Amino acid sequence: MSLLELENITASYGHAQALHGVSLSLPAGGAVGILGANGAGKTTTLRAISGMVKTTGRILFEGKDISGLSPDRVARLGIAHVPEGRGSLPQLSVRDNLLVGAYQRRDRKQIAEDIEYCLDLFPNLRERIKSNAAALSGGEQQMLAVARAVMAKPRVMLLDEASLGLAPSTSRRVYEAILRLRREAQLSMIVVEQNAVLAFSVVDHATVLETGKVALTGDKAELMGMDAVRRAYLGG
Amino acid sequence: MQYFIQVVVDGVATGAIYGALALAIVLVNRATGLINFAQGAMAVMSTFVAFGLIRAGVPLLLAAVVAIVFAFALGAFLERVVVRRFEGGDPDSAVVVTIGLLVLLGGISALFFGYEPQPFPSFFPLGTINIFGVFVSLRSVGTIVILLVAMVLLQVLFRSTKLGLAMRAVADNPRSSALSGLPVSRLLMVGWGLAAALGAIAGLLVAPQLFISPGMLDFALVYALAAAILGGLDSPVGAVVSAAFIGVVEGLAGAYIDFIGDDLKIAVPFAVMIFILVLRPQGLFGRKVVVRV
Ligand SMILES: Nc1ncnc2c1ncn2[C@@H]1O[C@H](COP(=O)(O)OP(=O)(O)OP(=O)(O)O)[C@@H](O)[C@H]1O
Ligand SMILES: [Mg+2]
Repeated sequence: MSLLELENITASYGHAQALHGVSLSLPAGGAVGILGANGAGKTTTLRAISGMVKTTGRILFEGKDISGLSPDRVARLGIAHVPEGRGSLPQLSVRDNLLVGAYQRRDRKQIAEDIEYCLDLFPNLRERIKSNAAALSGGEQQMLAVARAVMAKPRVMLLDEASLGLAPSTSRRVYEAILRLRREAQLSMIVVEQNAVLAFSVVDHATVLETGKVALTGDKAELMGMDAVRRAYLGG
Repeated sequence: MQYFIQVVVDGVATGAIYGALALAIVLVNRATGLINFAQGAMAVMSTFVAFGLIRAGVPLLLAAVVAIVFAFALGAFLERVVVRRFEGGDPDSAVVVTIGLLVLLGGISALFFGYEPQPFPSFFPLGTINIFGVFVSLRSVGTIVILLVAMVLLQVLFRSTKLGLAMRAVADNPRSSALSGLPVSRLLMVGWGLAAALGAIAGLLVAPQLFISPGMLDFALVYALAAAILGGLDSPVGAVVSAAFIGVVEGLAGAYIDFIGDDLKIAVPFAVMIFILVLRPQGLFGRKVVVRV
């Protein structure tokens, strides 16, 4: 059974409909990518899961329909969303950002261990632990956003263009950490990317969105083999 | 010298009252981006609750505690049912809404208790206390001590508790805080409740001096707004320091500059404020250059 299942989701901002019947399935322990051009609806799909936009259709998490729940309730169920643009808490220190991530947990000792784990995953953050998030570089803010999601001990992580605006080497470091998380933390993931190479470094399946609809879905080999996908997302 | 110090201490005490209101305004502004012009009216209404209870024979301290709890509930309630709809929207309409609340709450207070100023019992005995050879009124010292304690407790709440961390997070970025599972709407209610409780403490402390009436805190609110803006609107320390400064300037001007006296002294802090804001538009402690509203 799949852990998270989107069935025929539509979503709109006011009168503008951004998703027209998107379906998607995330198996437990799996990782799927969502690829697509600017404005295709990738971010909106993640927002639909997190209850940040009005939707129709069913969103099943562990078999229960979670559509219509508020974003904080969805998060408390175990779905951690690393939003587009990182969404850090700029006036809070790196440590406080991490503690906010652990807000709904009660296991103090384990929280301290998990902070260590995050600092081990992203050594840059260790040096900046007392700085305000606002003082971090873009790459460090992205690392902090991922780490804050990890601190929630989620079952599912939703990652929205973690590479946006980062230097290629920084993007690679972020994605190496994400791959490590997938292996070590038993996280299931939905990875939104415009860069298919980065996405496929973590996911084995992907869905391609075009103007709010599913255009293609397939595994890494299938999609990478298609000329259209290569041209659009691999720069050649 | 003796007189000078008395004036300064009394000024700090008055400033502490403005400071409590200013801190309430800053709390709300940091959490929701709004300036709550009804902060004073909410405080007065809560003080009237204590007034009504005292008239009915309830002991002063108990009445004060009930009034503070009432204020918390009133703040949370208003955030939930009225202000919520305007948060994150057009700041101009939100301002009009809080001004509407100011008028409405003032009207409700008047409906039950009338417009006439009425005496309110003091928490402190009359008289003075000798501090290093200087006599200062017990009322001023008591007011300063109580508000200092309130501010320290708030600081502890915000810096050292999980609830405080969550409130800081929500003030910083509510959308992103929700994605970590923080119950944003409840935390905003708590923020408004705390601000209102702080305002009620200010109202209770100043009522014996001013006599209680629906307009009791009108001037204080204007000073509190001045202090909040002078402090930079997002800086709690800035608001409190500025408020104490305003209180002292007001007191000294009234005491030492003959032609100013009691009538004109209210204008002095504004002259100072305008002067400072011309030099430093972001306020004394502020980060933001642009002030909303
Ligand atoms: N807050 C919003 N208000 C109104 N329309 C929006 C909003 N956010 C997105 N849209 C619209 O919804 C559609 C899908 O946008 P979405 O952000 O989901 O695309 P995306 O695939 O994430 O694009 P990108 O790669 O640029 O992040 C677009 O037409 C966009 O203009
Ligand atoms: Mg996007």
